[in-house]
Amino acid sequence: MKRLPSGVYNETYAQDMAVIRTKAHWVLTVLALLLAFSVPWLVSPTALQLFIKIAIYVLAAIGLNILVGYAGQISMAHAAFMAVGAYTSAILNLHGVPFFLGILIGGLLAGIVGIIVGFPSLRIKGFYLILATMAAQFILIYVIEHWTDLTGGMFGIEAGSPVVFGYDFGNDRDMYLVVLVFLLAGTFFAQNLSRTRTGRAFVAIRDSDLAAEVMGIHIARYKLIAFFIGCFYAGVAGALMAHWLGAITTHLFGMNLSVWLLAYCLIGGMGHNVGPFFGVPILILLSEALTAMTTSLSLSYPWLLTAIIPLHDLIYGLAIVLFLIFEPRGLGHRWNIFKTSYRLWPFSY
Amino acid sequence: MTLFFQLLISGIAVGGVYALVGLGLVLIYKSTGILNIAQGAVVMIMAFITYALSEQLGLPFFLAVLVSLVVAMLLGVLIERLCLRPMIGQPLFSTIMMTIGLMLILQSIPVMIWGTSLKAFPRYLPEHPYRISGVFLSPDYLYAFIVSICLFIAFLVYFRYSRSGIVMRAVADDQMAAQSMGVNISRVSGIAWAFSCLVASVGGIVLATITSVGIFLSPIGLKAWPAVIIGGMDSIPGALIGGIIVGVLEGLSGGYLDNMLTGIKDVAPYVILLVILLIKPYGLFGLERIERI
Repeated sequence: MKRLPSGVYNETYAQDMAVIRTKAHWVLTVLALLLAFSVPWLVSPTALQLFIKIAIYVLAAIGLNILVGYAGQISMAHAAFMAVGAYTSAILNLHGVPFFLGILIGGLLAGIVGIIVGFPSLRIKGFYLILATMAAQFILIYVIEHWTDLTGGMFGIEAGSPVVFGYDFGNDRDMYLVVLVFLLAGTFFAQNLSRTRTGRAFVAIRDSDLAAEVMGIHIARYKLIAFFIGCFYAGVAGALMAHWLGAITTHLFGMNLSVWLLAYCLIGGMGHNVGPFFGVPILILLSEALTAMTTSLSLSYPWLLTAIIPLHDLIYGLAIVLFLIFEPRGLGHRWNIFKTSYRLWPFSY
Repeated sequence: MTLFFQLLISGIAVGGVYALVGLGLVLIYKSTGILNIAQGAVVMIMAFITYALSEQLGLPFFLAVLVSLVVAMLLGVLIERLCLRPMIGQPLFSTIMMTIGLMLILQSIPVMIWGTSLKAFPRYLPEHPYRISGVFLSPDYLYAFIVSICLFIAFLVYFRYSRSGIVMRAVADDQMAAQSMGVNISRVSGIAWAFSCLVASVGGIVLATITSVGIFLSPIGLKAWPAVIIGGMDSIPGALIGGIIVGVLEGLSGGYLDNMLTGIKDVAPYVILLVILLIKPYGLFGLERIERI
């Protein structure tokens, strides 16, 4: 449902379908884009790294949101799909495949693996699917870790510097811009996907798969499409992460990351495209800030040192539990309420 | 052949522990329909608490075990009251995310307090392995299996004969019908969580006796999941058989395949889990639910 300011009426179908409808929307969008592209020149190098990390996780979380929030297929293997994309792109890059092509192939391969992992979803659902994807997470990481000839095993693999037509994107500033372009493309696609036949089919399957089947939706096909799209996003995000970090090991893609990605989606609001844009920055900034605080405090209180490593998990766990109890629909829902009341401000009755 | 029997016996013993931890999962699933992903974390935190009571507070070991069993039951009731009670009437996804959140919290607290280094319980079992026709049997494994089987039988008897056990079975069968017969459902789910944490605690103590106390106990506790899925989510004997199958397969794959595929032991249960889910999603002894709109 679109929330238009009063006095704006849709007179044509094109107007009704437009995502950006009024002049004020356009101005805000352009300003936001300008701000996003000028970030490298505005913030410190340390903060820029945080921005890149957030952008990559948002991209992965958008994919998970399509899979879980729209299609209702819960996946605990998202980090493993990121690993598939990351390793594919890194290995291809080492063998001389161009950077962007490598990333896309990484995404495609992750999507194909996603379809294979998604096959159980045709027979089982709900918590059985969670367990199946959890098994897939362990098995995929095991395979990557033990395929030593190809992946370097426990010691990980180097991912080449992103070079396109002789230009090296290897520094943080250029990498941020590359990641941002991918993120914008991903957001554009996700926002439009939710308004197509496919996106509506996803929502129907999520709300009641039996009813969706009776209405003539080919459940098997759409579930697998959802797995493909969600895992494609994960693969691209993983590949970007590999080239940004320069070297990857399987420890980066453990089950913890899968759970964190679910937490991002949950806190942002499942089934809201805007969700990951709230969930990821809030959780990452919160845990980074608390970690920094504990680290500086541990100079004077050494017993705090052991508390630094698990702090991350504790914050994410608490965030999940508290949000489920007090705000189960996430910040995306809050955002919609805010927009509705802002539209009628100051006469919001 | 000796190696085979050696692996078989230790596999059965470890499988008994998986079955025990899995029993906790079945208890909760049967009476509340919730899947407790945090079970592995409970296993770990209870092993740490027992360690703290016996080593750091200096209680005699069996007293420490008793105290930690009481703590476990309190923890179960607390989790049910604070976290799962608000989830009544919420979609399945929310309850599962709640247990995932609990898993993160329960996993991180012991690391904060006791760090990541491995700890050991005081020796309370005889050191020398028993020898039965060439096969060595460590007392740790033997007693682990005996404890698991005893608890299993105790729970089977409890469900069969005691009043509250019958009430729990009634709730598992049909919540609404049980409620209309005057059963206090929220109390039943509290009891289920208390018992579930109790068996997880016993599982944690037994596992820590065989190995040691550390954060690796949480992923081991998660292996109760394949056990329960193989046996069927709502079957208590199924949990026992599933646990032993997982333990034996894990032991055998660790013994025979580890040369070729290092670490296959840790993923073997999950491979079996995937296969079972694809062939027989409701497990060997589980009840197939027919869905109606």
